[in-house]
Amino acid sequence: MIKAIEAKNICKSFWEKKVLDGISFDVEKGGICGLLGPSGAGKTTLIKILTGQLEADSGTSIVNGINSNALTGAECRKFGIMMDNFGLYERLSCYDNLKVFAGIYGIGKSRIYEILEAVGLADSAKKAASELSKGMSSRLRLARVLLHNPEIIFLDEPTSGLDPATAEEIQRLILAEKAKGRTIFLTTHDMAEAEKLCCDIALLNDGKIVEQGNPKEICRRYNHRKMLKIHLKSGEDMEIPHDEKSAEIVANLLRKGTAETIHTSEPNLEAVFMNLTGKELAK
Amino acid sequence: MRNISVIFLKQLKDTFKNKAVLIQFVMFPLMAVIMENSVKIEDMPENFFVKLFSVMFVGMAPLICVSSIISEEKEKNTLRALMMSNVKPFEYLCGIGSYVWLMCMVGTAVFAICGKFSGKELGIFLLIMVVGIALSELIGAVIGIFSRNQMSATSVTVPVMMIFSFLPMLSMFNEKIEKIANLTYTQQLSNVINGLGNSSATLENIIVPALNFLLAVVLFLVAFKIRGI
Repeated sequence: MIKAIEAKNICKSFWEKKVLDGISFDVEKGGICGLLGPSGAGKTTLIKILTGQLEADSGTSIVNGINSNALTGAECRKFGIMMDNFGLYERLSCYDNLKVFAGIYGIGKSRIYEILEAVGLADSAKKAASELSKGMSSRLRLARVLLHNPEIIFLDEPTSGLDPATAEEIQRLILAEKAKGRTIFLTTHDMAEAEKLCCDIALLNDGKIVEQGNPKEICRRYNHRKMLKIHLKSGEDMEIPHDEKSAEIVANLLRKGTAETIHTSEPNLEAVFMNLTGKELAK
Repeated sequence: MRNISVIFLKQLKDTFKNKAVLIQFVMFPLMAVIMENSVKIEDMPENFFVKLFSVMFVGMAPLICVSSIISEEKEKNTLRALMMSNVKPFEYLCGIGSYVWLMCMVGTAVFAICGKFSGKELGIFLLIMVVGIALSELIGAVIGIFSRNQMSATSVTVPVMMIFSFLPMLSMFNEKIEKIANLTYTQQLSNVINGLGNSSATLENIIVPALNFLLAVVLFLVAFKIRGI
């Protein structure tokens, strides 16, 4: 496995409060890794440390083979960083906002139009950033991140506060970037988003990683109850243990024609997080 | 150099949409033109309004513009986005500094035309304005760097700007104020501008702005070391 990001035992405190406590994980090159945790869990702090905006108290973070503390400007050019609070030039148009960064990266106008098209803002190119809706602003910020075809993309809550349609559009763009071979590291508190996008996730709580791995594997790992969920034609739902007896019950229901759907009942990430921390992920 | 020109062009484009900054560049030159051509008082010194407003312009416009631009970028985190795109603080400061300087020099040209300065007078006037604008920009940068947002920048900029732009005017009415004002570069620039064509610059006219400049550089370095950009 070629590692794009390596974090080893990262600790960070602000005054007395320990925000990150011994964080370790790897992100495979070309993969999407998601960091899940409730607000205040330390997700943004970790992104800041990985991108060299903040120094860790201890531990090492290596991005693209270089220690985050030693990242030069030229190395930073290989990253695309979309922090929740990175603003736009509100008086400038969408096109002019991107033109500023295209000028810095030495990119031609054609790429600006190309990326505006990709994020669905081609028709709003002349619109001032202040006139954009929240969803459009997010898409413009994402366009700014993707403008220079970065090797590694850091996204801090990319769909936070967006309507489902816009969130899905952003997720589609993220998956399109993955298909191009980009490494993506994102933070989110939306478990459905993490399950949809990420090859690997890490669940962060109170500055510690409480679980990490493939989302489906994690869910399977915590599937202690092993139940079957059956939706009957009468509209009722029933749950039965998924064991040697369940085959007979299911066969009976199918013979009678009373079962509409039958599913294995596995916990989702929300339930796993709840199980591990006693907290809800979205809080 | 490319990054400097990108920042410069970005600011230039922003100017016509940013009324708060635009008014700083336009207000005093426009007032000088209007007042100079409409107010005629007996025994009024020649080019009275041009000289008065040009000093106020130097003490106010560059200072407010630079601090406002930096603090706005800090508040909206666009500055962070620039820094993460490999724009160096020096390039950023040069970009906005050169933009504010150019815009202020346009205003200076209006003052010079309005005052009908020519030859040596014009040369000295331009030199004084160049020095004054640079110094005010430096002080504006100190305030911008120290401030976390526009609100805190404004609360510091206003009193500082009032000291540098209004003291020279107030010193005309009170000797005590004049003594204090003599310690500021704007008062010394005002003295030279008022003496244009009549007397040459004194040592005080050079030493005070030079000391002000040194102090501003030290403050700038301290601010940069403590807060960064």
